[in-house]
Amino acid sequence: MALVIALSCVAALLGTVCLGVVVSRMREAGAIVYGLCLLASLVALTAALVQLMNGAATTPAVTLPLGLPWLGAHFRLDMLAAFFLVVVNLGAAAACLFAIGYGRHEMAPERVLPFYPAFLAGMNLVVLADDAFTFLVSWEFMSLSSWALVMAHHRSRDNVHAGYVYLVMAGFGTLGLLLAFGMLAGPDGNYTFTAMRAATPSAGIAAAVLILVLIGAGSKAGLVPLHVWLPLAHPAAPSHVSALMSGVMTKVAVYGFVRIVFDLLGPPAWWWSMVVLSLGGITAVMGVLYALMQHDLKRLLAYHTVENIGIIFIGLGLALAFRAHGMPAAAALALTAGLFHVFNHSVFKSLLFFGAGAVLTSTGERDMEHLGGLIHRMPLTAFAFLVGCVAISALPPFNGFVSEWLTFQAILLSPQLPAWGLKFLVPAVGALLALSAALAAACFVKAFGVTFLGRPRRPAAAQAPETDRWSLTAMFILAALCLVAGILPGTFIDALAPVVTALVGERMPVQSGIAWLSIVPIAESRSSYNGLLVFLFIAISGMLAASAIHRLASAALRRGPAWDCGYPDASPATQYTAGSFAQPIRRVFGTLVFGAREHLDMPPPGDLRPARFKVELHDRIWDTIYAPLAGGVGIAADKLNHLQFLTIRQYLTLVFTALVSLLLVLAIWR
Amino acid sequence: MYGQTQGLAFDIAHMLAGGLVLVSFMQLYQDRLYALLNVFALHALVLALSVAWQAYIQNAPHLYVTAAIALVFKAIVIPVVLHRIIVRLGIHREIETVVGVGPAMLLGIGLVALSMVVMLRVTAEADPLAREDLAFALSVVLLGLLMMVTRRNAVSQVVGFMSLENGLVLAATGAKGMPLVVEISIAFSILIAFIVIGIFLFRIRERFDSVDMQALDRFRGERQ
Amino acid sequence: MLDFLIQGAQMLLVLLLAPALTGLVRKVKARLLRRQGPALLQPYRDLVRLMRKDAVLAENASWLFRVIPYLTFAATWVAAALVPTFEPGLLFSWSADLIAIIALLGSARFFLALAGLDVGTSFGGIGSSREVMIASLAEPAMLMIMFTLALVAGSTQLSTMAEYMLSPQVGLRVSLGLALLAIIMVAIAENARIPVDNPATHLELTMVHEAMVLEYSGRHLALIELTAALKLTLYMSLIACLFAPWGMAAPGAPAAALAGGAVAYMGKLAVGGFLLALFETSIAKMRVFRVPEFLGAALMLGLLATLLLFVSRSL
Repeated sequence: MALVIALSCVAALLGTVCLGVVVSRMREAGAIVYGLCLLASLVALTAALVQLMNGAATTPAVTLPLGLPWLGAHFRLDMLAAFFLVVVNLGAAAACLFAIGYGRHEMAPERVLPFYPAFLAGMNLVVLADDAFTFLVSWEFMSLSSWALVMAHHRSRDNVHAGYVYLVMAGFGTLGLLLAFGMLAGPDGNYTFTAMRAATPSAGIAAAVLILVLIGAGSKAGLVPLHVWLPLAHPAAPSHVSALMSGVMTKVAVYGFVRIVFDLLGPPAWWWSMVVLSLGGITAVMGVLYALMQHDLKRLLAYHTVENIGIIFIGLGLALAFRAHGMPAAAALALTAGLFHVFNHSVFKSLLFFGAGAVLTSTGERDMEHLGGLIHRMPLTAFAFLVGCVAISALPPFNGFVSEWLTFQAILLSPQLPAWGLKFLVPAVGALLALSAALAAACFVKAFGVTFLGRPRRPAAAQAPETDRWSLTAMFILAALCLVAGILPGTFIDALAPVVTALVGERMPVQSGIAWLSIVPIAESRSSYNGLLVFLFIAISGMLAASAIHRLASAALRRGPAWDCGYPDASPATQYTAGSFAQPIRRVFGTLVFGAREHLDMPPPGDLRPARFKVELHDRIWDTIYAPLAGGVGIAADKLNHLQFLTIRQYLTLVFTALVSLLLVLAIWR
Repeated sequence: MYGQTQGLAFDIAHMLAGGLVLVSFMQLYQDRLYALLNVFALHALVLALSVAWQAYIQNAPHLYVTAAIALVFKAIVIPVVLHRIIVRLGIHREIETVVGVGPAMLLGIGLVALSMVVMLRVTAEADPLAREDLAFALSVVLLGLLMMVTRRNAVSQVVGFMSLENGLVLAATGAKGMPLVVEISIAFSILIAFIVIGIFLFRIRERFDSVDMQALDRFRGERQ
Repeated sequence: MLDFLIQGAQMLLVLLLAPALTGLVRKVKARLLRRQGPALLQPYRDLVRLMRKDAVLAENASWLFRVIPYLTFAATWVAAALVPTFEPGLLFSWSADLIAIIALLGSARFFLALAGLDVGTSFGGIGSSREVMIASLAEPAMLMIMFTLALVAGSTQLSTMAEYMLSPQVGLRVSLGLALLAIIMVAIAENARIPVDNPATHLELTMVHEAMVLEYSGRHLALIELTAALKLTLYMSLIACLFAPWGMAAPGAPAAALAGGAVAYMGKLAVGGFLLALFETSIAKMRVFRVPEFLGAALMLGLLATLLLFVSRSL
């Protein structure tokens, strides 16, 4: 039943595509399209939630006579699919609600409205697909419709570049998945997931599939070094689409990875987790370091997605490690941590992108160096954004902390692993995770502090109006969700239990019966955490302190000019900017990671030239991998260009030689 | 696997050997020559304590001689002499490192992990005390080498070399049964090497006005 | 009921002792420099006086600026209340383990760094940006130390850890030695002590913690000073609880034993304060860009401690 509802929602979304084409010139088109999408997402969300809550009682499956005639299109809604359907549709519903308000500011609605429902439909279909063909078609559908949305504002050169890089990387990723499915299907061509699940591929093939999936799903999710397209493409799209791409589409990629590696590929080898863990750890730290160097608010958020994907993959890698060594309980803990972070990240990343979108519509600026002081002009947006910042920085009592806490608990089980390599790797990955969490806090102090606090740096920021009510509603719903998931994590962990059971054959202990709503991953003497109490304690002691001081000591307040050590009334340009805020951290990590160099041009006394300070940063991954690759392709293309200017006789010779050499190969081979 | 008293003896041996690794890290962290020499003296002191403790628990009096050699020569004589050399050369107090402190320590951690994995795997059946001593000793040796590689100044390279040798002595005492003659000969060869290096230092300095090893490289024409 | 009382007593004890500890450190430092020094109770007087004064806010300070002192105080106080001091088993100790306590301090610092940026002055900015740089290395170092201890004790629950550390099976371990060294380095950095930062100066010399809170006055400043004192107490209690748990009363002990535990705790604080003052007097402050190396060393020590666990006997 739930599956049928979800599929009808997809059909409704596809119908909305046509409607979007028709009405896109109308004035109220945005409200109509986004409203319908909101409805469809909410229905699908409810269906998926009901399915998830019911547990693994039934697994509905449908085969539709679409696609390849001998295969049909298989759809299935198991627990994993239900969980990711929840993530997708929750993000989608919030984005639709936000977009009802945000979409009014859209310059070219006819470039957004038709593709938006298609994008949603594509993501839903990927999660529901139960055969390789449907999966890949839906995957491409999702990629292409999101590409069209990235290109919505195609007049800007940056966006064109972003779209180009995205298209190339998406094609490359799909190629990886295509080959992976080809190897999984084997020579007989069993393209249904059921057949793949039943077959056990040999060790070599399984290893090849793992690498290919890491390329395919990893490039979509943004694993370093395949992340290059992500910080270009995500900010280029309209903000609600950025939220969907960062918060939800990367999760669909994680779904692809989990589906293939945990579900279809059979028992893992121990070294798989080494690969996944190291990639995850490096991704987490690199992502946040890149984010710290940005001063474009949306690009900062996009780079931060890379970091969170790294954290998720650390959880998944740990789960693989424990599973490979027959420790299902520990694997369940690690997998729960990873999946919980999937949910959490989709919530707060959407929230933060909405906030960035609200700032963008109110000020017309994405560059943090031009903003400042928005907390006075946009207090509600600022509050919601602050909640998102605290949550994403993994600080209690919000939700980001809980999933990272669970990951740490899983890391602490690593000494029980027998493999020496893992024993040493996992603490190192733990250090990377801790480093990335601390750097994330620094990054969001910068993001919030420079954008919303201080004094306005440009007139646009000084006159920004508060954003509309639709957008605020969407943001506040997500902010509330951040808090709820942070103080009542037990409910969420229990909801994840059937998903985890289906994948690793074990679950975390039941959390709902524990006193005071604590969470206890293994045993109470070992570790426990109670977000609710921590939240209440902070609230009560803070209020206690405030009321005691106000009543017993002083409540008087005076306003005066800022003290600033006696340098009065400086211009807003003397404030710390995003670049100067990150300077100490750039100094610490910059030379190693970015090859950072500072050039100072200080004119001698008497010279009227302004002093100049320039910072040079290199994206080493781009320089070492992509630039040579692009150069090589360019050279090859130049050489092949000659082929276009041959005579007919030469072309015939070419064809003839090719034919003969193929025949020769055949003769030698057989 | 051990009784309580033996557990304590084991713990202290372990502690001292671990302390030696720690002091090796402290050497990597220093960027002034005088501080480096002080840390090196500490290194030798910890080594002397460790060897003396081994002598006590293994009931091997000849190891006391080794400990005394370490204490007198390495913890007192050599640092003092090096100190005077630095004064007489009047060389710069900052150590120019090829790699920064952070990356060097990171590399050091990697080396320690490597030596743990190698030693614990290879010597799975050996006596646990000897086994861990060997793991620590290998770490100290590798850290000494790392120090020599990451420093340009000849004096700090000498210090790296000496701490490498300390690692060898640690390994030898842990292995139970290295004859005294061998140890003394090692100690003397080190001393002679030290004297030779000391003389060379002055010669280098006379010729190039610097003890920066890059000056030598330039002279050979390898670097421009 | 008794548990409630103990928990409440613990909360009040750390709150009341915190300024005294700061006073003690100042006094000892002054005596070591052959100065008379302020009275031991001076911090209390300062706090009372500050609380009674009007708070002066900068014209463009936002609501966040006014809320943050209370928020950071609350987070730090809650964290401090969960570190066992005179009795290992606390009523609410299960509501946050060591990771959560570190993260709570992280929350407090997050907001304080925001406060530094709120008014939009260059001093606030310099303080905040350096504070987050220090934190970005100190926090992972702290977590690595936590890893080591948790792997030794088999728990991240402070009560359980303290009880384990009291038991004879701990023994001397290299890892614990390294962890102790690292935690002291982290504590020095986190509490803005010499050689990382100088708590006694206000302006040009330090530019980290004091620069960040430069715009605060009156009751807000009082709360921030109290928070700083609480944090120092917290770190000392943490070190005492993990590395010197002797003298703690057993869970469910009679009142006399509890009082004995409290006296032992105060003794430990006094020793810790004296050592801190001695250390601070005997060392010079380092350059700001030496701090990352200092904390990087703490991080490496933590990592090394975790690695060395695998050669120690039981794992």
